[in-house]
Amino acid sequence: MTVFTAALVAVLYGTGVYMILQRTLTRVILGLALLSHGANLLLLIVGGRAGLAPLIGSFTGDDTVSDPVPPALVLTAIVISFGMTVFLLALAYRSWQLTRDDTVEDDPEDRRIARLGRSRPRAGARPAHVVDGPSADPEREAPR
Amino acid sequence: MRVLLPFPVVVPILFAALTVVFHRSRAAQRGIAIAGVSAALGAAIAILVLVERDGPQSVTLGGWPAVVGIALVADLFSALLLVVSLITVLAVLVFAVGQRHSDDLVAFHPTYLALTAAVSLSFLTGDLFNLFVSFEVMLAASYVLITLGGRRAQIRHGMTYVIINMIASALFLTAIAFIYAAMGTVNLADLSEKMGGVPEHLVTALSLLFLVVFGTKAAVFPVFSWLPDSYPTARAPVVAVFAGLLTKVGVYAMVRTQTLLFPHDGPWTVLLVLAGLTMIVGVLGAIAQNDMKRILSFHIVSQIGYMVLGLGLFTVSGVAGAVFFIVHQIPVKTSLFLVSGLVEESAGSTALDRVGGLLRRTPLTAALFGLAALSLAGIPPFSGFVGKLSLVEAGFGAQEYAIVAVSLVGSLLTLFSMAKIWNGVFWGVAERPTRAVSDGAARLRAPILMTGSTIVLVGVTVAIAVFAGPIYDLCHRAADSLLHPAAYVDAVLGR
Repeated sequence: MTVFTAALVAVLYGTGVYMILQRTLTRVILGLALLSHGANLLLLIVGGRAGLAPLIGSFTGDDTVSDPVPPALVLTAIVISFGMTVFLLALAYRSWQLTRDDTVEDDPEDRRIARLGRSRPRAGARPAHVVDGPSADPEREAPR
Repeated sequence: MRVLLPFPVVVPILFAALTVVFHRSRAAQRGIAIAGVSAALGAAIAILVLVERDGPQSVTLGGWPAVVGIALVADLFSALLLVVSLITVLAVLVFAVGQRHSDDLVAFHPTYLALTAAVSLSFLTGDLFNLFVSFEVMLAASYVLITLGGRRAQIRHGMTYVIINMIASALFLTAIAFIYAAMGTVNLADLSEKMGGVPEHLVTALSLLFLVVFGTKAAVFPVFSWLPDSYPTARAPVVAVFAGLLTKVGVYAMVRTQTLLFPHDGPWTVLLVLAGLTMIVGVLGAIAQNDMKRILSFHIVSQIGYMVLGLGLFTVSGVAGAVFFIVHQIPVKTSLFLVSGLVEESAGSTALDRVGGLLRRTPLTAALFGLAALSLAGIPPFSGFVGKLSLVEAGFGAQEYAIVAVSLVGSLLTLFSMAKIWNGVFWGVAERPTRAVSDGAARLRAPILMTGSTIVLVGVTVAIAVFAGPIYDLCHRAADSLLHPAAYVDAVLGR
């Protein structure tokens, strides 16, 4: 059973990382959710074998009792990752409201440098940063 | 007196709740927030005095025996950082209150106080999982602060920030799971004792995993690019407090775990190489920018390299240099960002080609920038010089000449990029001046509270230079107890 859960943890980490590498924001968020599920499950199985509930009076000295600490930690971790995922979804929604687009945008600074490289051959071309510095208004540079 | 330990955490949380209750009145919110941070600062100073006199102090919550109960521990290192951080937090809060375009939203003060509490908790906690929780509280507050207002650029860059930090948090949780699997505890002092019984390859793997986790939070090369991307979009007080605290909390956690759990006998080459690359790549990135806030953001990365260098040497003088450097860096970095906030408030922009010739119009701002910038670059007699001198000496002591040379080159380039800001903002003329700059009206004057809090914070950096001797002495003792943690472990385990 532990082998099965360990394999499940591996699958969750793998798919999580794969999804995070996507360019669509919703997939990145789903990937993060999978990754944190993987971490939570891992934290749960490090407690060792399952056993009786660790309630005083419900077991004798011979019984195997499950370790109560990992479930307590996992409970906290689940709440945290749930909250963070909800916050990210809200951010993604706000981003969609503003841009009507779900992809992760290019860095405006990267784009400026790329444009600088392209405009160099043309004689008399003004340096790009004079026209639109990144700090002046990065919002202008984003795709409409 | 150990009962004081939870105060810097509990007081800001309670006051955060109060600011929510009084959300209708901005004035009440401001008063409550300032009172809360001041009370936490008072408690922190008392803790520092106590720890300085009696050695490390520990208290377990709920009166449970250590290891079962969550421990809060203060040693010299955490108490020092706690005091410096809370002074900085207070100065930035006053700065935020003084802003003329008071666009502070209802959520600002509660979130800011939650951030304060979480930073205090990260410094004071003696429990690995509790450290994870405090990081999460701190990051959740920072996610809200960095995207507060919901402008397009903030959302775009804030998204990067949130995602990177969530990945690092998932890795942190993974590391905690492995630690628990290997040793069956998450109490730092207990772990420190049990680490000896773990196979060496496992110790190395865990140590590297923690290095990646805290390296991401602290913006160490090669996982730093989220920082200069996301910080400049936030509003001035927010970015100032982030610059001063968040990455330093990452460095604190790195120093704490590496010295307590994974002690090294001599210099650790991996860390030294990372430190060198962080310094140089960060400062080269800064030179390429043409906006004051972006230059300063890259400098955060570069300066982290110096702290990692001190840790990587793993000698008492090296770690002492790192501790002093963190203590100096928190107010210096914050005051530089506050100055950029002053420039933005008065001139309307921080782009080097849109602002110019501010030296004549706002000489006070120029002087404040000059003091902080010289301190950052490490020019004698400022505090940065003392920090860098102690690191260089420690480097020579450990016979790591290459990293010393790299750090000196880095500091020369730092001076160069500070001169670039000076030339762009305070000298010369703007290519595309903003309205405020071309009008040159009295509007260029910043509100008194903003200027006042910046003056106080720059005053703190000067004071660190003036009292460099006693402060370095404290840092040396802090480093000594970091590398010989017997007193820390005994205090936690109640022996």
